[in-house]
Amino acid sequence: MSADDSGQQVADKLGRHRAEPGDLVLRVDRLVRHFPVKGRLPFTSGGVVKAVDGVSFDLRRGETLGIVGESGCGKSTLARMLVGLERPTAGEVRFGDAVVHAARGRELRALRRRIQIVLQDPYTSLNPRRTIREILLQPFEIHPDVLDRRRRLDRVRELLDLVGLDASVHLDRYPHQFSGGQRQRIGIARALALQPDVIVCDEPVSALDVSVQAQVVNLLERLQRELGVAYVFIAHDLSVVRHISDRVAVMYLGKLVESGPEPMLYDAPAHPYTRALLSAVPVPEPVGRAERKRILLSGDPPSPVDPPSGCRFRTRCWQATETCASTEPPLTGDARAVACHYPLAAA
Amino acid sequence: MALLEVEELRVSFPGPGGAAGSAGAVQAVNGVSLALESGRTLAILGESGSGKSVTAQAVMGILDVPPARVGGSVRLRGRELLTLTPKQRDRVSGEEIGMVFQDAMATLNPVYTVGEQLAELLRVRRGLSRSAARRRAIELVDRVHIPAAKDRVRDYPHQFSGGMRQRIMIALAIALEPDVLIADEPTTALDVTVQAQVMELIAEIQRDSGMALLLITHDLGVVAEVADDVAVMYAGRIVERASVRQVFAGPAHPYTEGLLASMPRIDRRDEELYAIPGAPPNPARLPSGCPFHLRCPRADDVCRATLPALEPLPEGRASACHHREELLHVSR
Repeated sequence: MSADDSGQQVADKLGRHRAEPGDLVLRVDRLVRHFPVKGRLPFTSGGVVKAVDGVSFDLRRGETLGIVGESGCGKSTLARMLVGLERPTAGEVRFGDAVVHAARGRELRALRRRIQIVLQDPYTSLNPRRTIREILLQPFEIHPDVLDRRRRLDRVRELLDLVGLDASVHLDRYPHQFSGGQRQRIGIARALALQPDVIVCDEPVSALDVSVQAQVVNLLERLQRELGVAYVFIAHDLSVVRHISDRVAVMYLGKLVESGPEPMLYDAPAHPYTRALLSAVPVPEPVGRAERKRILLSGDPPSPVDPPSGCRFRTRCWQATETCASTEPPLTGDARAVACHYPLAAA
Repeated sequence: MALLEVEELRVSFPGPGGAAGSAGAVQAVNGVSLALESGRTLAILGESGSGKSVTAQAVMGILDVPPARVGGSVRLRGRELLTLTPKQRDRVSGEEIGMVFQDAMATLNPVYTVGEQLAELLRVRRGLSRSAARRRAIELVDRVHIPAAKDRVRDYPHQFSGGMRQRIMIALAIALEPDVLIADEPTTALDVTVQAQVMELIAEIQRDSGMALLLITHDLGVVAEVADDVAVMYAGRIVERASVRQVFAGPAHPYTEGLLASMPRIDRRDEELYAIPGAPPNPARLPSGCPFHLRCPRADDVCRATLPALEPLPEGRASACHHREELLHVSR
């Protein structure tokens, strides 16, 4: 049996799971990632940063799950675990029947093809010494069984065309010869090269100019319609997340505090943090701004090294009680879930 | 006479190996005129490379001249600032013009406590005694709503969170009670809940002191929330100037129109966003005619050939577009 054949077998094993729309592609189960912190003195421990502390969600084929949260809430650590760049302390990420972090060798390589990532900074995520041709051929060099060598360059041209770049002009240029928006298109083309089922987008438009953001958001939406790829779209910009997501989950200090379908979560937030977060977003409409009600949270999010007891949001919450300090509210509900002892009624 | 008047401001930087003004020089700001009244907030809205920050730096007097070349006029209460000697100019900074920047960590000195930095400013510029300067430093830290000000003045910048550091920078900026505060992307690096706190703090100080605010930002939402007037910059020029309500009710320049349409909204979901094609131009290689014509859906032969001047429109607004009249009629 040649190496190509056995590679095909693994692909088939995984291939069973790339089936119909609506199918689960990713199951994230109680994912935890703790980082040890050095103490003030040598050889002492300063405790652990609970960057991600029990996050679960499902992702269906062709849908977009938005994950929002402020800096330090653990959303980028979550992104890195989803694609296997970071090993979880506990919990698992399942793709079909395969567990991402238990996979080894051929199975792991096959899995990596199926889950790709687009990073925030298009300036540092492309190798400055390589041409676009080399950057886009690299995925096929790492996964040579995907495509015959002779067909690869054609595929690279198709990919550039797909993301709106002109192969005849751009193929032999270097990253520095492109604008930020074009570089992000190249990053997206690279993520698409191996025809993944899931693309994790970690702040994909935050580094771009306002006028260019819309181009990239529209591109991601069109690619989803055409290719059926599912996105985990991680961002701090709630407006962009609302626009692109089918479902949204809100993260606070390593945990999901609320999740639900896009219109519900935005129009009737049930968790006080979600409501505060939404009300803090500036509205691009000056008329009536003086009357707008804004929930101003006091202070910053607490340190993930030493999160508050009970509900982690209670130190900034205006309706916290003793129950909130003593008991941690679980994330309850199915399509629409909230982790709060006193969920808000629809406003 | 407005409090702060900027007239035909021009800033250029030398190109690779050349001198400013020579071939290859970058004209970062190209004839910008602004006026700011006491107690008002003027937002300069623009993307990277639009010249908004360089405009602010020229007004603040913190550009290195040379290599930069600054022309035109900047007047504060009628007094020309561009011709002052460096020493005279230093007195204007802080006393009359306060400054807040995006990156507080890079602006504060990491090896002095925030109390020492505030007190030093007050001792040198106000001649306060050590103890009086210290008392005033505590008042200022308290003024920007940092809890336990008395203890926190003994902390170093790295011991504060991003939002708290931004508050300290505001305390430094208002320590000498300036008439104008220039804030260059003051909340861009902050989380949205912290951004709301910082903008509220600036608004509160403004209400109490009648200070004018020149706000440099790329964020249409922030502009809509706090500005009275807006100047939209593109490729080193002001392309539209109007009150904030006018801009959002009906922009008079296709670039502003495109920016508004391309912005996803928090309060509703649109089917597809309008995307302005292309990218902001490189200031070293501007296209002929109107600098926006390559990205503009209304561009015609006139736009490709002739640079439109910023011309007045009814109700005190202005636009630098050959199609400004029809744009206003469309949006009405």
